[in-house]
Amino acid sequence: MSEISILIGGKAGDGIKQAANTIARLLGRQGYNIFFYDDYPSLIRGGHNFSIIRASESDCLCHEEEVEIIVALNQDTVDRHIGDLRPGGVIIYDKDNVEAQGIGVPMDQIVKEHSGIPIMRNTAAIGALGALLDIGFDSVEEIIGATVKKALEVNIAIARKAYDTIERRGVFPVPSTGRKALPLVTGNEAIALGAVRGGLDLYIAYPMTPASSILHFLADHGERLGVTTVHPESEIGAALMVIGAAYGGKRAMTGTSGGGFALMTEAISLSAQSETPMVIVECQRTGPSTGVPTYTMQADLKFCLGAGHGDVQRIVMAPGDAVEAYEWSYHALNAAWYFQVPVLLLSDKHLSESAFSFKEPGPLPEWPGIKIWENNDGPYNRYMATGDGISPMAFPGTKGATVKATSYEHDEYGITAEDAKAVQFMQEKRLRKAKAIRDHFKGMKTIKEYGPEDSDVVLIFWGSTKGAAVEACKGLGIRSIQPLVLEPFPEEGLKALLRGARKVLCAETNATGQLSCLLRCYGIEVHETILRYDGRPFTPKGLKKAIEEALR
Amino acid sequence: MKDIKALGTYAENTWCPGCGNFGILSALKGAIKELQEDGVPIERVVMVSGIGCHAKIVDYVDVNSFYSLHGRVIPPLTGIKLANQDLIAIGHAGDGDAYGEGLEHLIFAAKRNLDVTFIVHNNRVYGLTTGQFTPTSPLGFKGRSTPGGSPEEPINPLELLLASGATFVARGYSGKVQHLKGLILAGIRHRGFAFIDVLQPCFTFFNTYEFYNKLVEVIEDANNENYRPIEEAYRLVRAWSYDLSETRIPIGIFYTSKRPTFEERLQTKKDSDSLDRDSAIGAILESMV
Repeated sequence: MSEISILIGGKAGDGIKQAANTIARLLGRQGYNIFFYDDYPSLIRGGHNFSIIRASESDCLCHEEEVEIIVALNQDTVDRHIGDLRPGGVIIYDKDNVEAQGIGVPMDQIVKEHSGIPIMRNTAAIGALGALLDIGFDSVEEIIGATVKKALEVNIAIARKAYDTIERRGVFPVPSTGRKALPLVTGNEAIALGAVRGGLDLYIAYPMTPASSILHFLADHGERLGVTTVHPESEIGAALMVIGAAYGGKRAMTGTSGGGFALMTEAISLSAQSETPMVIVECQRTGPSTGVPTYTMQADLKFCLGAGHGDVQRIVMAPGDAVEAYEWSYHALNAAWYFQVPVLLLSDKHLSESAFSFKEPGPLPEWPGIKIWENNDGPYNRYMATGDGISPMAFPGTKGATVKATSYEHDEYGITAEDAKAVQFMQEKRLRKAKAIRDHFKGMKTIKEYGPEDSDVVLIFWGSTKGAAVEACKGLGIRSIQPLVLEPFPEEGLKALLRGARKVLCAETNATGQLSCLLRCYGIEVHETILRYDGRPFTPKGLKKAIEEALR
Repeated sequence: MKDIKALGTYAENTWCPGCGNFGILSALKGAIKELQEDGVPIERVVMVSGIGCHAKIVDYVDVNSFYSLHGRVIPPLTGIKLANQDLIAIGHAGDGDAYGEGLEHLIFAAKRNLDVTFIVHNNRVYGLTTGQFTPTSPLGFKGRSTPGGSPEEPINPLELLLASGATFVARGYSGKVQHLKGLILAGIRHRGFAFIDVLQPCFTFFNTYEFYNKLVEVIEDANNENYRPIEEAYRLVRAWSYDLSETRIPIGIFYTSKRPTFEERLQTKKDSDSLDRDSAIGAILESMV
């Protein structure tokens, strides 16, 4: 087997995501690369939830809608997805609740026989699927042991019974590849771990889908990782607390989605003006406004590039998979502290909540140490006008230093200044810093290129579109390019890569082509823009078709 | 140690002559001087202000300060205390800051019992924006946004703070500098959220000197030895409702109580020197296979 895709669906409350996660890890332990996509509406009970697990011997950063196996805990799963079943595919279903052609398993009955509770149908589904995939029951038992927290024995007995009901074993055998099993990590978990690598001390955030799992993950593991988590009164409180903590000397970060980010814009401006480091993770959802809370979109790019009043120096990063999320979260903390500016890390539901087989990259590139004031440097001036615009930091509690930070325009000491000369002087100090940021990022790998170098057709994409874009372009034999940093914009690097390109396409999941627009601002011609704006991510097949149409 | 003179800065003071802020500034400097005499190093003191006339105080005192945004005094104060519990953090806010734009933060600071001292320069008018009514202006206040008189009743912030769980609730008057200095020092020494509403005339837009001089009355302070039940505190703070009635206006410490602070209750991060983050990350990733 080189790859297999499985869809599991049911209503909210059926434990679909949990079961899918268990199945994903089971396949991961067989030595496959996993991508795990979770699709659910914004409700707690009812509705229709489904997850797609794709396991491959090759790299695997996205899913296709078509699958080999459908596991149905409700009728909707069959009715809505039967068209996505590939030829030769099979449906496993709870025959006590669902009508379908395929392999019926009396999941309800098995649960009742074992005096289980209704949600344990998902364990029956895992057991039955394990048999169909010809995975030894000991492996199924092990993964249930690792994921189920309550009533383990009952769950194992249910899984065993369901496993034994399957007569057609090995229809889709998933033998072990013998390769080392990798952890299954979501984009948000990677962001959290990358931030810890970047020295995170405090994570302060107000819950908002799809950012909340960063808070949950760090709250769960905070003690071990040395991170304090705080859930404050609002996004405004969160962002301003991050700034206060940084002024106090601790590395802090917050995370939210578009609506919460809107409330944080005054803090971005304050961070820039007071030169206090802050990192905001912006996990986009389908907008505008409340939009479609649990679905994806890349529609906050312009907002992030422009958020905050005044001429705000900022850095905007947009990773495209879990490894990049980990790396750029590390960079975000370091860049914020080195340059004393706000850094925005852009994710979206598709990256934040999808899970990837995660291979920790080698040693992360080192950042130069932050500039810290030494007592023998003379009197402390928070805003000392240095050549590169970066003033040494000191924190309250430092003997001999009075640290005066401010939202007002100010002199070098930090006292309010309003006369023309003083205002211009400090604006120019910050402009020098903006130049230092641009220069620094020129030395970093902020653009990735995939596919044949001599291809004169190029697809440009950003963020979570990566998985589908790289795969679709590979299938078509064309080149694709991904800018990972959108501010400072890697203008020269992109232009160099596009020299000789005959046709430039741009794909993104929003309704107006925000990256295309940005590219055009920098004088980069985009011939065709491919957009998806139904709240769902691109898949390789769908994107490939759209590219072919665009090239026709 | 910085004496009163050294506690000042080179910044030109731009408060109006007769501004109530001068009294608050004197009381604060006096309190900081006394703290130093008790052996507190000056670098441990940090002030945060909002935006408005009151906020200029951070430019006039030569200690660590963060000049924040309108309504956003509490959140940076909270962040500062989360970063470094050893700091003595003093918040300064106007009545617009504290009771208007930043009200939710204030209620949460009291609820959490954040260990800071919070001083509200309550002149009951927006001064820097040239005279509009605030949450504590009396009904019928004629300001530039309400030429026909404010249509709203004032809130009684002391009552609100008692209800929100503040463990130190006091009121001072900028015209009684020594008394105010005592309140500020008591607030700083209190472990938990110390709230001080300071009645402060605005000489230009709402001159209340005569009114306060006539009516303020110092009460016996509540403290550890002199415990005052909260019902009694409520009765005292309700004696005057921030209106124009000629009733006595009690000032002093109305209520104190003890409970753990936010900082103590938060699961605080382990000493990072004893942490091995590499192996922690490794172990967490291993558990996700």
